[in-house]
Amino acid sequence: MTFFSRLLHLDRLESEAIYILREAAAQSRNPALLFSGGKDSAVLLHLALKAFRPEKLPFPLLHVDTGHNFEGVTQFRDETAARLGERLVVAHVEESIQRGTVRLASPTASRNAAQAVTLLEAIETHGFDLLLGGARRDEDKARAKERVFSHRDAFGAWNPKSQRPELWDLYNGRLQTGENFRVFPLSNWTELDIWTYIEREKIALPSLYFAHVRPVVRDGDYWRPVTPVTPAAEGQLVENRLVRFRTVGDMTCTCPIESNAADVSAIIAETRLSTLSERGATRMDDKVNEAAMERRKREGYF
Amino acid sequence: MTQAQTKLVRVVTAGSVDDGKSTLIGRILHDSQALMSDQVDALSNARFSRAEEGDLDLSFVTDGLESEREQGITIDVAYRYFATPQTSFIVIDAPGHEQYTRNMVTGASNADVAIVLVDASRLHQGALKVQTRRHATIAHLLGLKVVFAVNKMDLVNWSQKVFLEVEESLKRLSRSLGITNAAIVPINARSGDNVVSKSPAASWYDGSSLLDILQSQGEGTDLSELPFRFSIQRVVRVDGHTIEAQRGYAGRIASGQIAIGDEVFVGPHRRPTKIVRIETYDQSLDRAEAGQSVTLYTEDEVDAARGDLLTRGEANYAKRVTADLCWLDDQVWDPRRRYIVQQGTSSILSRIENVLHIRDMRDLSEVRGDQALKLNDIALVQLQTQTPILADLFQDNPKTGAFILIDPDTNQTAAAGMIRGVA
Ligand SMILES: Nc1nc2c(ncn2[C@@H]2O[C@H](COP(=O)(O)OP(=O)(O)OP(=O)(O)O)[C@@H](O)[C@H]2O)c(=O)[nH]1
Repeated sequence: MTFFSRLLHLDRLESEAIYILREAAAQSRNPALLFSGGKDSAVLLHLALKAFRPEKLPFPLLHVDTGHNFEGVTQFRDETAARLGERLVVAHVEESIQRGTVRLASPTASRNAAQAVTLLEAIETHGFDLLLGGARRDEDKARAKERVFSHRDAFGAWNPKSQRPELWDLYNGRLQTGENFRVFPLSNWTELDIWTYIEREKIALPSLYFAHVRPVVRDGDYWRPVTPVTPAAEGQLVENRLVRFRTVGDMTCTCPIESNAADVSAIIAETRLSTLSERGATRMDDKVNEAAMERRKREGYF
Repeated sequence: MTQAQTKLVRVVTAGSVDDGKSTLIGRILHDSQALMSDQVDALSNARFSRAEEGDLDLSFVTDGLESEREQGITIDVAYRYFATPQTSFIVIDAPGHEQYTRNMVTGASNADVAIVLVDASRLHQGALKVQTRRHATIAHLLGLKVVFAVNKMDLVNWSQKVFLEVEESLKRLSRSLGITNAAIVPINARSGDNVVSKSPAASWYDGSSLLDILQSQGEGTDLSELPFRFSIQRVVRVDGHTIEAQRGYAGRIASGQIAIGDEVFVGPHRRPTKIVRIETYDQSLDRAEAGQSVTLYTEDEVDAARGDLLTRGEANYAKRVTADLCWLDDQVWDPRRRYIVQQGTSSILSRIENVLHIRDMRDLSEVRGDQALKLNDIALVQLQTQTPILADLFQDNPKTGAFILIDPDTNQTAAAGMIRGVA
């Protein structure tokens, strides 16, 4: 005998995420919600409001800032936190560099992987025992394997070979001291679900998600953005193209796609037809190695 | 407007190691155009691929971990999402290896249907493997619908005789477990015969393709038709300036429906009160039903807390229940030990008083006695709890009839439990 609820697709996902957010808050002492200003974290924050208003959120927002942000994203982050009257904690990779805990090969090298170090330092400084993140299983093959309540050991490491069982929707959030949880309320959402929900709920996003003209250079399959930290090389042809970002990450590893989708409904139409995955189309950090995401997560990444 | 109206089917694979589960999931996704072109490219360049030149190792669609690819086995469950015009699917690829049975249980607990695979070429006189029986048993205990796929039919030249032998064994297994009307489909997961569409290779087979069978699953029981059950996640305090301070109870409705004015009962003491408001973030509702996350306000101060239940209709509370357990912990059961029962949002201390029987997976017989419960054992036990718990039977209401046992010393999830009776 199987059972079902009559909720429609997005309502079901929304209710599940709210349930997970409330479990996370109830089962931890000192949680935080990872908020970068990207679309997934904007959706997560919106769901957090749905889970906890009229009260204040039972956790601060936390951003691990590489310092290599695209224009408008940090402003969006700060304005959103201020508008909601919620506390924002920013942990800077730059400070880890100065402390000497992050050492980069060159001053303009990607700071993406270094985020794990800064994140673990923030966890220690603030004593966080649970971090809510907007990661989705459909993003990557290692993420597809992760639990909703993902246990991390005292070193912040994910051990994919011995994850805790996770039965039904009964989340066991118990920890030994020093360990922490990463909790992913959007685990079962796809990129298309995110966009249709953004449309339905009219969730505000930074402008670079929408088509705009930007200087780019061709780099294999990608249009690499020309920025202060990623200047065009000698002799490279800089073109102004109509593009948008599908993910927003560190400037050194995130590329836009060519698109004239200027609003959410146009993006939804494009997403339905896309033959490239979100990360495949935009993230150079995953191209380095087949198991790039898995290795970063083992080291404490989100 | 969108995919909103489609029904949701959650499918888990099951069966012994190497019988082709991951390959089957990869094939379903590939043939339903659910793989992106960069993901297909990544498959053709993958290290450790077992496919021949020019072919893809489809098991790598879900075997995404380095060690899984290196060893050619699935270690933990992977979740993938795709939709056909009628149905939106969550497909969950589970490991076949006995060592990782707890991960299979994890996957199965989040599914409605199990595809139990059998390798047609590796049965001796139709004898099923122990792991096939174990997985079918787990799927059935967890209330899943079971569909059998007889795989690798290419290796037996699509012989109907072999298929009938396997079919006979599967029917015997079904009978001994009490599984009724399970479909049995001959397939080749590697090439896709009978997976998404029907294949001419088996002219003697007159059933549907596997995907069609999955899509045409009946929906089962509507949770909103069951008695109302609501486990409080969080007490909300509103210090109103205009209205007086009020307490609301936030949670997700496990089953049934609730409307303003309805009488509900709080906890095992069954203290009655009335619902006066039903709220979400931006709406006041007149009624709400199973699956919705809402905040309920009651007529009077009932002093309820996280973990307490609000119920309507008949509700049995008991301090002694019988339950099926799947033991998931490396540490064996210790009879002197207390375990935390987590049921809904409540946590209550408990003790396993009695092991009524353990199932022997070789012949599915029930072995009596007080042996230690160890990793992967499936047993019927008598459980005593410190305070009464709601004793809905799992088969009547899986949302409230399910629980987990947690070892309070290690914090490990020690067992998955399903309430079967009041002892
Ligand atoms: N000839 C043939 N080979 C198949 C078929 N299906 C799967 N295989 C092969 O069988 C081997 C095992 O397949 P997997 O999909 O990894 O098996 P699995 O059941 O997922 O294994 P675990 O998850 O580790 O339990 C692989 O080499 C597949 O290519 C089939 O229909 N015919």
